[in-house]
Amino acid sequence: MEHVAPPAWVMLAYLISGVFFISALRGLSSPATSQRGNRFGMAGMLIAVVTTLVTHEVASLPEILGAIAIGGGIGWVTARKIAMTDMPQLVAAFHSLVGMAAVLVAAAAFLNPVAFGIVDADGLINPVSRVEMGLGIAIGAITFSGSVIAFLKLAGKMSGAPILLPLRHVINLTTLAAILGLIGYFTVDQSPWIFWTVTALAFLIGFLLIIPIGGADMPVVVSMLNSYSGWAAAAMGFTLHNTAMIITGALVGSSGAILSYIMCKAMNRSFISVIAGGFGAEAAATGGPAKEQRPWKRGSAEDAAYMMQQAESVIIVPGYGMAVAQAQHILREMADVLKKQGVSVKYAIHPVAGRMPGHMNVLLAEAQVPYDEVFELEDINSEFAQTDVAFIIGANDVVNPAAKTDKTSPIYGMPVFDVDKAKTVFFIKRSMGGVGYAGVDNDVFYMDQTMMLLADAKKMCEDIVKALQH
Amino acid sequence: MDFISILSIFVMACFVGYYVVWSVTPALHTPLMAVTNAISSVIIVGALIAAAADGSTTAKWLGLIAVALASVNIFGGFAVTARMLAMYKKKER
Repeated sequence: MEHVAPPAWVMLAYLISGVFFISALRGLSSPATSQRGNRFGMAGMLIAVVTTLVTHEVASLPEILGAIAIGGGIGWVTARKIAMTDMPQLVAAFHSLVGMAAVLVAAAAFLNPVAFGIVDADGLINPVSRVEMGLGIAIGAITFSGSVIAFLKLAGKMSGAPILLPLRHVINLTTLAAILGLIGYFTVDQSPWIFWTVTALAFLIGFLLIIPIGGADMPVVVSMLNSYSGWAAAAMGFTLHNTAMIITGALVGSSGAILSYIMCKAMNRSFISVIAGGFGAEAAATGGPAKEQRPWKRGSAEDAAYMMQQAESVIIVPGYGMAVAQAQHILREMADVLKKQGVSVKYAIHPVAGRMPGHMNVLLAEAQVPYDEVFELEDINSEFAQTDVAFIIGANDVVNPAAKTDKTSPIYGMPVFDVDKAKTVFFIKRSMGGVGYAGVDNDVFYMDQTMMLLADAKKMCEDIVKALQH
Repeated sequence: MDFISILSIFVMACFVGYYVVWSVTPALHTPLMAVTNAISSVIIVGALIAAAADGSTTAKWLGLIAVALASVNIFGGFAVTARMLAMYKKKER
C-alpha cells in the first residue's frame, strides 16, 4: 500500500495550523502582542486536532475524548496552581511529556504501520520511514530521560551537583554511535529487537548526558531539551507527512537551539563544554589558590535604607538567590517606596540569571514590576558608572569583575555587570562563606564602596522597607 | 507528498523559526519555552491516528496514553503561558 495523498483541504488545514504556530511565536516579540499570539497557538492546535479526527476513521472516540479530558484536566490544574518560582521544573516536566509522547507514537507506528500508511507493496515499512521512526523514537527517548533528570535537579529532588562517571565521554560517544549504527542497519533489517534496542540506548544516553551537568548550567540544558522535543516532533512529522508537525518541529527545534546559543554566549562557554558537563565540580575539587582573608564591610538594613533614600538612582541586580528566597514581592515594595521618595529604580537582568531563560523577568512580572523598568545586560551596563547604588540580590558570578580581568578565572570572558563602577554597592548574601556557582571569590565583596548585607534576601528587604518607612 | 517536498517545507520552516525566534524579546524567553512546549505537542496528531486505528490493540493503547500526555502539555502549556503573559504590565502613567 502506497502512501495515499490526503485531499487538498486537509493539507491546507495543516498548513494553516503551522502558520498559526508561527504567528504564536511572532507575537512574543513584544509583551503587548503576546497574548494574541498565544491565542493563535491555541487555534492552530484546535485546527490540527479536529482535522485529524475528521479525516480518520475513529474506532474509539469515547476513549480518545477520555484521554484528552484526563490529560487536559491535569495540565490545566497544574498550570493554574504552579508557583512562578517553580516554572523551570514545570517546563522540564512538560518537555519530558513531549519526549514520551514521541516515543509512544513512534512505537505505535512501528506496531501498526498500516494505520500510518507507511508500508510498501510487500507489507514492509518503507526504509525512509524506518529512519524517520528510528530518529523520532531516539530523540523522543533522549528528551524524556534527560528532562526527567533535569526536572529532578531543578525541583531539588536530586542534588544539583554534577555527577561525574569515569570514562563518561567514551561511554556517551559509544552509545551514540551504537544508536546511529542501529538506525542505519534498521533500513535493511526490520527486526523488532533493533527498534527496541535503539529505544533503550536512547533512554540511557539521555540520562547519562544530563547527570554530569550542574545546577547553574540548567538554562542551557532546559533550552537544549526544548530543542530536542521539537526535533522529535519534526521526525514524526516526516513519518506522517504532516505539514503542521514539520513546521512546528522546526520552529521549536530552532527556538531551543537559539536559546541554548544565547545562554552559552552569556556564560562565554562553548555548547560542547556545557554538554560535556562537570563545570564547577572541577574548580571546587582543586580548591583553587588558598584564599587570603581580606577586609570587608558589613552593612545593616538601616544603612541600605539611608543610602538609597539619599541616592538619585538605584539599579537592582536580581539572581537565583532572589527566587530561592521568594523575595521578588518585597523587593518590588522596596522599589515602590523608593520611587515615591523620588529615587529612580531600574532592574538589570543577566541572560543566565536564574535557572531558565527569562526566569527573572517572569518573577518580576509576577511581583507586578512594570516590564519597562526591567533592562537587559547590554542596555543598562553603561549606566552603572553614573549610578549611586547597585543593589545585588541573590546574584554573584554575573557581577564578578574577575570575568573581565582575571584570565585564569573559570568565568573569564563572561559578560558581567559593571557594578564595581557604581558609587555604592549593597550585596545581599546569606553568609561570607559561600561562593557563586563557579566557585570563585568575588572582588566586589572587598571593595571600599561595598557593604555586605548578610541575611536571607526576603528578610533583608523586609527590614529595609521598615527602615525606609521610618 | 514526496520526501523532497517535505524536506523543503522543513528547511524553510527552520529558517522561519530562526528569524522569528531572534525577534522574541529576552524578557519573554520563559513564556517562549512554555508556548513552544505547548505547540510541540502537535505530536498529538500522530497519537490520535494511532489511537483511532483498528489493527493493533497495543498500538491503540500506546496512542491513547500519548494522547493523554500530549493533552497535559497542550492545556498546561497554553494555560501557563497565558497566565505568565497576563502578568507583564507596562508602567502606569
